[in-house]
Amino acid sequence: MTAPTLNGVEREVTNRPLVEATDLVKHFEVGGGFLSAKRPPVRAVDGVSFTINRGETLGLVGESGSGKSTLGRLVLRLIEATSGSVTFDGQDVLALKNKELIALRSRMQLIFQDPVSSFNPRMTIEQVLTEPMLVHGVGDAASRKARCRELLDLVSLPSTALARYPHQFSGGQAQRIGIARALTTNPDLIVCDEAVSALDVSVQAQVLNLLKDVQKELGLSYLFIAHDLNVVRYMSDRICVMYLGRLAEEGPSDILLNEPLHPYTEALVDAIPSSDTIGRAREPLAGEIPNPSAPPSGCRFHTRCPKRFEPCDHLEPELITVGAGNVSCHLHTEQAALHRHQDPPEHSLHGEDPQEGATA
Amino acid sequence: MTDQRIDSPTGPVPAGATAAAVATAQTVGGVAPPLPPKRRLGRFIKEQPIGMVALSLIALFVIVAALAPWLAPYDPLAQDRTAIQQAPSAAHLFGTDDLGRDVLSRTMYGARTSLSIGVCTLIIGGLIGVLFGIVSGYFGGSWVDSTIQRFMDALMAVPAIVLLLFIAALLGPSIRNTIIALSILLVPSFNRVARGEMLRIRAETYVEAARAVGCSTPRILMRYGLPNLMAPLFVLASLNFAIVLIAESSLSFLGIGTPPPTPSWGRMLSEGSQFLEIAPWIAFYPGLVLSISVLAFNLLGDALRDFLDPKQRR
Repeated sequence: MTAPTLNGVEREVTNRPLVEATDLVKHFEVGGGFLSAKRPPVRAVDGVSFTINRGETLGLVGESGSGKSTLGRLVLRLIEATSGSVTFDGQDVLALKNKELIALRSRMQLIFQDPVSSFNPRMTIEQVLTEPMLVHGVGDAASRKARCRELLDLVSLPSTALARYPHQFSGGQAQRIGIARALTTNPDLIVCDEAVSALDVSVQAQVLNLLKDVQKELGLSYLFIAHDLNVVRYMSDRICVMYLGRLAEEGPSDILLNEPLHPYTEALVDAIPSSDTIGRAREPLAGEIPNPSAPPSGCRFHTRCPKRFEPCDHLEPELITVGAGNVSCHLHTEQAALHRHQDPPEHSLHGEDPQEGATA
Repeated sequence: MTDQRIDSPTGPVPAGATAAAVATAQTVGGVAPPLPPKRRLGRFIKEQPIGMVALSLIALFVIVAALAPWLAPYDPLAQDRTAIQQAPSAAHLFGTDDLGRDVLSRTMYGARTSLSIGVCTLIIGGLIGVLFGIVSGYFGGSWVDSTIQRFMDALMAVPAIVLLLFIAALLGPSIRNTIIALSILLVPSFNRVARGEMLRIRAETYVEAARAVGCSTPRILMRYGLPNLMAPLFVLASLNFAIVLIAESSLSFLGIGTPPPTPSWGRMLSEGSQFLEIAPWIAFYPGLVLSISVLAFNLLGDALRDFLDPKQRR
C-alpha cells in the first residue's frame, strides 16, 4: 500500500507504527547552582509510552502543567529526554547524532500555539517557507520559489503573501503559513501543539479542516496536543489523557469520550461545554493540579479524585488494557484482576464494588 | 476519524462566519508588495530624513578626510613662528595653535586618524564582542557561557585606563596599536549587550521553530539571532564611538596613543585645552567636529535601527 505525497513521491506504508515512545521521562532540574540548594526536579513527563500509526491522529489532552507540550517536544527531540526511548520509523531518535537528527527533522515538524511569534520577524514569508528547503538542500532557487507558491495555494493564501512579513498577518492566516512551513519538506509526522487554541472559533474551524484535508491528501500523522476536548474529538482517532506527567487513559476517541474509564477523563468530559449541558449543574473538579516536583504518592490523581478508595494513596496503578483502550486506575485494576483470576483478589479489602468503598 | 465538515468545533456558528474569514484572508493580495532592494536608499531618504542628514554629515567628514591633502590650505605639520595662537581670520579660518600650525588643516587631517581609529575599533571590537556574546547567550548557563563571561569579567575588572596603558605600553605607540588597545576595551560592552539579547532571543518561539525545521546552531545564531539583536547594538556602537574618540585622546595625551605630531581630534582637544583661556579656538574646532560626528553617528544608529525593523513598516 502506498500513499502519494505532494511531489508525487510514493511513500512505503508498513504496519509498523510511525512513532513508538517507550517510558519517556523528562525531569527538569531546578536550582542546584553554585552555593544554592538543589531542589527536587520537576517531573514534567514521568514514564509515558504511546504509539502513533501512519495516517493517524493521536490526541493528547490534559490540564495545563500535565506535561503535554513537553511530551510533544520529547518526541521531536527538541528537548533531551531524561530516560526512555523514541523510535521514528524504526530509527532510535534519542540515539541519533546531530547531523542525522537534522536530516530526520525534515520528516517531523511542529506547529505552534502562537503562530505569529513562531516566525523570525525579520524574514519575509518567502524566506520562512524557503528555510526548510535550504537547510535540507532541496531543489534550486526557482523550484523552491515554485514550491512556496504551491504551499501557499494549498493553505489558500495568495502568492503576494510571499513578500510580506509575519506581523502583517492575522492569527488564522499566520497559522496557515505555519502549516505551510511544516509541510515544506513532506513530513510524516506533525506535532500540533495547541495549534488552534489561540484562534477565534470560526478561524479554528478553518484551520482544523485544513489540517484534516492535508492529512487526507498526504497521509500524515498528527500528534494533536490540545486542552479543548471538542477540538480533540473532532481531530483524533485515538486520545491520550495525561495527568501530572503520566498517562491516565488511552483509547479510541469515541469510546474514550463516551465511556470514560478514568475518573479524570470523566471530569474532563463533564466539563465540556455543550448546548445540552447548559443550565445543568455540573460538578467541577476540585483543586489545582499538584506540584509536579512533589507528586502525590500512589495514584497521582487521588488528591482530587471523587472515587478514591483504599489503595489509591499508596499504591500506584499500572496502565492496564480495558476493552479497546488502556487505563491506569485502581477501579479497573481490581476489575481486571477479577477477570484474570475469575475470583476476587486476596488483597481486596472490600469484596464489593470499589465505587461503594470510595463513598464510604 | 469523522469525515463531516464542521463550522465550529464547539457549536454551530452562523454560516457566513467562515466565508467572511476566508474573505479577509484574500485581502492580503490587495496590498502592494515591498520595494525592490535597488530602491532601498530611496526609501531610507523618505522614511528617515534625520538619518539621511546624519549620513550626509558622516559622508562629508569622510570625503574631507580622504581629500585632506588637496583640500587643506596648509601643511598640518608646518610650524609658522610668525603666526602663533592667531585667532580665526581669512588666512587661518580656524586660527593657529601654539606652534603656529593651521587648526583647519590639522582638523582635516585629524579626521583621517580619528575616523579610521573610531570605525576600525568599532568593527573589530564589535565583531569579537558580538560573536562571543551570541555564542555565550545561546548556550547561556553552560560552561561555554561561564568561561566567556569570566574572561569578560576579568577584562572589565581592570580600569579602562590601566588596561589601555598596559596594552599600549606592551605594543608601543602607533595608530595600529591604538586600534588594538581600544578594540579590546570595547569587547566586553558589546559582549554583554549581545549576550543579554541572545538570552532573550533563544527563548523565542521562532528559535524553537528554527530548530524544529532543522537549522544548525551557527545558522540559528546568524539568521535568527544576529538580525534580531542589531537594534541595541547600533545604539551601543554610536555611544562607543564617542568613548573611543575620547579614549584615544587620553592615550595620545599620555604619549602612548597616536604618536605626535600626527594630528587627531582627541589629541588636538587635549593639547588645546591648555590654552582654553587665551586661545579657545585651538580646542573649540576639533571639539566641535568631534561632537558633530558623535551626534551624527548617534542619529544614524537610531535611524538604522528603525529602518531595519520590519514592524515599523506600514
